[in-house]
Amino acid sequence: MTTTAEAEAPPAERKLAFVQAIPEAIRQCMQADPDVFLAGEDVAVFGSVFGTTRGLLEEFGPERVLDTPISEIAIIGLATGAAAVGLRPIVDIMFMDFIGCCMDQLINQLAKMKYMFGGKARLPVTVRMAAGAGSNLAAQHSQSLEALLCHIPGLKVVMPSSAYDAKGLLIAAIRDDDPVIFIENKFLLGATSTVPEEPYALPLGVAKIARAGTDVTVVATGRMVTEAVGAAATLDGEGISLEVIDPRTLQPFDLPTVLESVAKTHRALVVHESVRFGGVGAEYAAEIAEHGFDDLDAPVARIGAPFAPVPFSPVLEQAYVPDAARIAAEVRALLGR
Amino acid sequence: MEPTREQLLDLHRRMVRIRHFEEEAGKLIETGKIPGALHLYVGEEAVAAGVMVHLDDSDQITSTHRGHGHLVAKGGDFKRMYAELFGRSTGYCKGKGGSMHVSDLELGMLGANGIVAGSIPIAVGAAFANRYRGNDRVTVCFFGDGASNEGAFHEAANMAALYRLPVVFVCENNRYGEYTAQHRHQAITDVADRAAGYGMPGVVTDGMDVLAVFEAAGQAIARARRGEGPSIVECKTYRFYDHVGVTGMRIPYREQSEVDEWRGRDAIAAIELHLAEQGILGPDGAAAVHAEVLDEIAAAIAFADASPLPSLDSLTDDVYTNPIVIGSADHTRLRAEEARR
Repeated sequence: MTTTAEAEAPPAERKLAFVQAIPEAIRQCMQADPDVFLAGEDVAVFGSVFGTTRGLLEEFGPERVLDTPISEIAIIGLATGAAAVGLRPIVDIMFMDFIGCCMDQLINQLAKMKYMFGGKARLPVTVRMAAGAGSNLAAQHSQSLEALLCHIPGLKVVMPSSAYDAKGLLIAAIRDDDPVIFIENKFLLGATSTVPEEPYALPLGVAKIARAGTDVTVVATGRMVTEAVGAAATLDGEGISLEVIDPRTLQPFDLPTVLESVAKTHRALVVHESVRFGGVGAEYAAEIAEHGFDDLDAPVARIGAPFAPVPFSPVLEQAYVPDAARIAAEVRALLGR
Repeated sequence: MEPTREQLLDLHRRMVRIRHFEEEAGKLIETGKIPGALHLYVGEEAVAAGVMVHLDDSDQITSTHRGHGHLVAKGGDFKRMYAELFGRSTGYCKGKGGSMHVSDLELGMLGANGIVAGSIPIAVGAAFANRYRGNDRVTVCFFGDGASNEGAFHEAANMAALYRLPVVFVCENNRYGEYTAQHRHQAITDVADRAAGYGMPGVVTDGMDVLAVFEAAGQAIARARRGEGPSIVECKTYRFYDHVGVTGMRIPYREQSEVDEWRGRDAIAAIELHLAEQGILGPDGAAAVHAEVLDEIAAAIAFADASPLPSLDSLTDDVYTNPIVIGSADHTRLRAEEARR
């Protein structure tokens, strides 16, 4: 593919949707490294219920693209054991809510094997899962449970907010020699951005300034990046300039990039889609307050979902998920307007 | 499948190595020399030996919380094992794992495991990798009667059978899941019966008879190596000591008469009788093996005792292969590159 792209003049602005960026990243990694394989629920014949693995079975065959039984424990164990003896697995457990089924394999086996063995094991595993509310799928198919996984030493946790980042971060995750949890927000699957055709890796652990601004720093994750950028457009009209930072890698958290921004804006708001209590925003806000205290003109503000499961009824769900309007309102309050 | 003379001697030696390793470890925990908890393998030696004699270093095993015997039988180094139990930096896991995580990836020993049934899906993953690579390696997965009630066992067994993976599930049925007798934790007598539910063969064998284990495991391993898929080999065995430690918590949950009865079926005594009857190894020869193993153990314990404790600086090492250190020079460089993007 790259040779063709090089032979012809590459389109300067190829647009790709998030849902297409994911299989492109997987395809390019599988082409480059025969040790990479993909396994998960409905990833082969069906091409994933989200469409994120379409065409891979046809290209790589059933030895490298495997439909598994609905067995999340066995899927994570498959990846852990295969990685421990040298392969580079990508596994897909469909909805993030299903981590409840395989938590032991994720947090006691995959995450800890290297440390428990005194560093002997190398576990280059990418665990993909779809998160996020907004599709009227109710309490067991809509959650953002990243905080549970960010708490576990041994895991890295990545949550892209655009097609461009999704491709670059997924390639980085697959190439990384540690277990990486890769969270794909269902609501973003149709989002398009300019995505280069050639393989590229974005660095894990480095935040992105999604929008530059001067008055308030908004640290937003996943789908909330889009909402924060939307709020920024509204607030521009009110003479308020938001700087939106997307950590992209939730664990580890790129604090220096955020602190540099706060040193400029003196105000910070942390926004995520998951439940506010104990969310990653609690940790981020504490870090900002602890290390950026002298720069702050106001307490760090936080937005997250209410302390309730994700509701079904569209009217309730819409009220549940933070959006641009709530972000804008919180920013105004933070500025005393 | 008849064991050769060499294999018989090998089986005997592996069992003796496990027995003395564990007996000495038991003394060390009782005197407080070893911190934490030990799950001793004494009584079950015939299982590890009878299986491992069919494997070489490139074959993998996964183990359980009662894992020392598996590593010893796989060829584990006494010095590094005791050093790990002592929590020293020279140990197999640099003192970070202890008894429940002893492992040697170079020997294909993918770790003891503190979570009951936690290693079963990992064994399936290793077996998958062997098939993916197209080699003829086999993975043996040790687990207990208690583990067969875990969902992890069910999912892993189903997946292994579905993909016809080269894995052998060896159930060490020692009649107790921790302190709960088998008839109080499952309604079946033979765990091997569950094999039918996954579409694989299951056999029951006498885990106190190393020749019976040798035969059953040999058949199952050869089958897996031929690419004919997984199977379950259930070995009826018994732990002579408690679930944890030697004397345990002295809460009665099994009869002393039962312990005595099983001790009367000691697999090492049985193989020594067999070796003597066959004129392969007499009492003096057997005693020499014991003495040699005890000497090696004494040296290993001295090594462990003299080994340095881990440096406190090592506490957060080995969490990641590629750690991302926020604020490091590397991280700052990556941030600068991102800012230019």
